[in-house]
Amino acid sequence: MRIGTTVTASTTLTPQAYLRAQSRWQPIEIAFWLATLAPYVLFPDYLSLASQIAITALFALSLDLILGYAGIVSLGHAAFFGVGAYTAGIIAKYGWGEPLSGLLAAAVLAGLTGYATSFIIARFRHLALIMLTLGFGLLLAELANSASWLTGGVDGLQGVKMWPLLGVFEFDLYGYVAYTYSLIVLFAVFLFARRLINSPFGLALRGIRENAVRMPAIGAPSRAHIQTIYTIAAAIAGIAGALLAQTTETVSLETLGFQRSADVVMLVLGGAGRLYGGLIGAAIFMVARDQFSGIAPQYWYFWIGVLLVMVVMILPNGIIGGLSKIYGRWKRK
Amino acid sequence: MSTPAHSAKGTSDTRALALATRGLSKSFGSLPVARNVEIKLPQGARYALIGPNGAGKTTLINLMTGMLTPNAGRIFLGDDDITTMEPEARVRRGLARTFQINTLFAGLNPLEAVTLAVAERRGIAGNFWQNTAIHKETIEEAYDILVRLRLGDCCYQITRELPYGRQRLLEIALALATKPKVLLLDEPAAGVPQEESGDIFEAVAGLSGDLTLLFIEHDMHVVFRFASHIIVLVGGAIFTEGSPAEIAADPGVREVYLGKRKHG
Repeated sequence: MRIGTTVTASTTLTPQAYLRAQSRWQPIEIAFWLATLAPYVLFPDYLSLASQIAITALFALSLDLILGYAGIVSLGHAAFFGVGAYTAGIIAKYGWGEPLSGLLAAAVLAGLTGYATSFIIARFRHLALIMLTLGFGLLLAELANSASWLTGGVDGLQGVKMWPLLGVFEFDLYGYVAYTYSLIVLFAVFLFARRLINSPFGLALRGIRENAVRMPAIGAPSRAHIQTIYTIAAAIAGIAGALLAQTTETVSLETLGFQRSADVVMLVLGGAGRLYGGLIGAAIFMVARDQFSGIAPQYWYFWIGVLLVMVVMILPNGIIGGLSKIYGRWKRK
Repeated sequence: MSTPAHSAKGTSDTRALALATRGLSKSFGSLPVARNVEIKLPQGARYALIGPNGAGKTTLINLMTGMLTPNAGRIFLGDDDITTMEPEARVRRGLARTFQINTLFAGLNPLEAVTLAVAERRGIAGNFWQNTAIHKETIEEAYDILVRLRLGDCCYQITRELPYGRQRLLEIALALATKPKVLLLDEPAAGVPQEESGDIFEAVAGLSGDLTLLFIEHDMHVVFRFASHIIVLVGGAIFTEGSPAEIAADPGVREVYLGKRKHG
């Protein structure tokens, strides 16, 4: 009676067919992506929030790749989000407001930052890793703070002017273009991540998560694997940051802050290591934050706290974990 | 052949050596755990490593596979000095091991786990763009290994839910997936009920004759049945070595090992 066992009638399948079936698109996935179109119809006044959710979901997805799949705990993942945000913002501020190339530049720079730190990251695990990532995060945040000539410091980066998307679609006040843009980018990156997870490399990542000691004993270069995924995750976090900068036309120090790194624990809400966990978790977190801050502007983190504790107590494998358990039981009947 | 076991170093074996250690030593603080160990494994050998608890048997495997760094001495795989190599580099050169305590990928099923090991050996595990399922040969090789170890019928079941004996076989399957030239088995049947441990050693005995084997085992019936040569380790040093008959007849071995076991 476990989730994730996926023991179906698969004993009759050949090994190859079995592995292929594991990566096949499920109807529920298609339903999920159709549901992301609902805000256009149901909540047209909340498209800006929807756009923020998509961006946060992308950020959560990037963390899930290292935390949920490779088991690398990070408390400084916002560093890459921030690098991406400032890259896109600064480029646009100084005269190049084309969104897609800004996104690419942000991905490259955040990826390079991730690659540079990955040499240290790949040597550590557990608590040491938490301290290290936390340290890197704080370091970068203060760096951005002190370089106020470039970043605007505590005032934030002002004067970011974006050109129309593809030269046609002007970013509007209602967030229509912003949401469409964020959603398409999220979906594209998700497709990439999904492919990665179902590849031999994805299998190797799960191997690292499941047993880091065994990996060298099967001849696996775990450090190289970790460096690769850390770089990829950093680049994706950078894209998420760039999206935020471009759709809000401002960048604050908060993009790099510890709070943002900590907020990504919303992955726990959705369920780590499940791709959709980060997406669902981000949606719940953002909506909850929006609602709670309306009810109690000063104490809304109290309710986030309650939500976190409840989910972890009731659904130790996150919301997706809980749902797939129920689904598994139902299917068996 | 009734040479005293103590002079077994001069055995008539002229086969090329698959694995050898020279003057291998290691201490944890002031506690020596390996003392000037000289092991010579000829190609295709079936050697057993025995000794009382705490003799340093697992330590020796850890030293040979690079999970521990020796204080002194050299390790050779064939003609190559591998003393300073990373563990994974040694595996890629053909030196594999299994673990006394299950060291498996609990959340993967056997097919995924062995496919991963084969993919690593074939150098495709860095590929993040193609679906694992298109690598037909890799998957079939993994499945063949599983079937050979009688794990074919449970290869879609998540590892942590497998019966313990099956998990011990998976230990071996993972090591075989690296296509080793030398395989070090650390108590392959540890914790398995005696009536089942035979199955595991039958599987071991059925491995290719080219494969060089060194196994740690406590059950003397198993050792005498499957080993062609026995190395006795006591206090981190080789106490004696020789054929099963020689070891069985050695009063010293009886005293330090066989005798003690009857009390313990």
